Amino acid sequence: MAQLSLPAQSKTDQAPPPGRSLARDALRRLAHSNSAIVGGAILLVMMLAALLAPAVSPYDPIKTSQRTSLEAPSAAHPMGTDRFGRDILSRVLWGGRLSLPVGFVSVLIAAAFGISLGLLAGYYGGRLDAVIMRLVDLMLAFPGILLALVIVAILGGSLLNLMIAVGIASIPDYVRIARGTVLSIREREFVLAARTIGAHNTAIIVRHILPNILAPVIVLATLGMASAIITGSTLSFLGLGIKPPTPEWGNMLDEGRGFLQRAWWVAFFPGLAIMLTVFSINLLGDGLRDALDPRLRRK
Amino acid sequence: MLAYISQRLLQAIPVLVGISVLTFAMLHLVPGDPVEIFAGDKPLTPERAEEIRHQLGLDRPLYVQYFDYASHALRGDLGVGLRSQRPVIDSIVEALPSTLELTSAALLLALAAGVSLGIIAAVAHGSWLDTVAMSFAMLGVSVPVFYSGLLLILFFSFRLGWFPATGQGGAERLVLPSVALGLASAAALARLVRSSMLEVLSQEYVVTARAKGLAERAVILGHALKNALIPTVTLLGLQLGALLGGAVVTETIFSRPGIGRLAVDAIGNRDFPLIQGTVLFAAVTYVLVNLAVDVLYAVIDPRIRYR
Repeated sequence: MAQLSLPAQSKTDQAPPPGRSLARDALRRLAHSNSAIVGGAILLVMMLAALLAPAVSPYDPIKTSQRTSLEAPSAAHPMGTDRFGRDILSRVLWGGRLSLPVGFVSVLIAAAFGISLGLLAGYYGGRLDAVIMRLVDLMLAFPGILLALVIVAILGGSLLNLMIAVGIASIPDYVRIARGTVLSIREREFVLAARTIGAHNTAIIVRHILPNILAPVIVLATLGMASAIITGSTLSFLGLGIKPPTPEWGNMLDEGRGFLQRAWWVAFFPGLAIMLTVFSINLLGDGLRDALDPRLRRK
Repeated sequence: MLAYISQRLLQAIPVLVGISVLTFAMLHLVPGDPVEIFAGDKPLTPERAEEIRHQLGLDRPLYVQYFDYASHALRGDLGVGLRSQRPVIDSIVEALPSTLELTSAALLLALAAGVSLGIIAAVAHGSWLDTVAMSFAMLGVSVPVFYSGLLLILFFSFRLGWFPATGQGGAERLVLPSVALGLASAAALARLVRSSMLEVLSQEYVVTARAKGLAERAVILGHALKNALIPTVTLLGLQLGALLGGAVVTETIFSRPGIGRLAVDAIGNRDFPLIQGTVLFAAVTYVLVNLAVDVLYAVIDPRIRYR
């Protein structure tokens, strides 16, 4: 397949070293990026912990026990227990099985719909473009989590609805990127050439345009996952997402709120989990962004 | 300049209309019969249901209902809250000052801390100071508002007793909430200011300014900063949105009155007139504020005006 270079800036318009594909270049830079390595490692640990929770978690996350209510961190309960005597460590491990997928799936939803809409808008232009962009403006008119809030208010709180709400609220960014890339690539020679030899529109989109979107979308998706996890846990914290007794980091923090003074650990550890996860994703995303920056290709 | 402003105002109108349609539609998008929402918990006979339906005008065609809704909204009549039986607009106006106070304090804090940190990091580029500053910034962006709020309460209110944890009124009650709210924005701004400063500092006109013999401070603050602030202003609009959204959480944690808390309570109570009213108000405000930011952007960067 032809090597495609992203639109180059004037200063760095030299040809990349021969025989180096963008992917291999990027992977090399990624392997040297401190932030990507640290971030990736921490994220891997968090994901493994969530995945293996059923096997690794020391206690049942939902079973209550009045005897052990609100115990401080100890050898038996490294993160203490909550009001109902449930082990916090176990609940944090299990909570990852909800908080992390919310991040993944909502980004998938946002990317799938957003990129499709953006491709359509950019490629076909005209009224379709105008309608889609108005829709995007409308979505952007809602500040922060308000759009996700509204959707959850309409649909009700559940894991699926949370993913949908957060996903829909994130669509505009992907539309913009896809549309922008299409607009900048559409008029270039190889597209005109492809059309001349009778290539179908879909083929053009898939073979020529998609590879160019890949890099910015990867970065956007990574960083988007971080904010999706925050939004999801915020909604659960407000009582609008996943409800107790199902352990989710956000609603665990909500439960811990009332005991902040005498049992700080109930809120502290779930919040730490959120922070650590989001932090690692942001680190990874930063590393990815630097690795995939076309302007650095000359190295 | 005036042409630019009026152009942006015109562009905003379809968006405002769209927002009103969406908030109107909320009531009808909910699974189930809107009448049941208004009836609350009381048992509903078919006759009573018809009565309520007629009373609320729900038996009219949708577009008629919408125009009714929109024309009332334009006059400031957003209906009556189901729980409180008070006009929605009154509840909103009552809650507004507290939210304004919180958001402006957070914004000022974020600007002051974020911009200074960004400049320092850029000027100290590559040193340990830079790394430490950016690590803090990265952490700041990764902490959800409800967590930073809780941590702040834990340390500064419960452990140290410096500030009260709840309520509104007086500067001391404003400190913790605005820090919690402004933290993420400060961090984001710091990172942005740093990277745009770095980019600007490598440009030719900076080299020229230095060659002219200008003192370093004049170079940084006078020339570099002004240009580095341009992308910062665009981030400002986004940050305002984040601040408004974050205010929702902050008000809940610190038990402050405000629009955010109003909205969340309304959603929890399924109080649809109130939900619609607060969402409409928030979205419209956001659009207008973004418009102001765009105008500000045009003022700072003359290139925008002449597109």
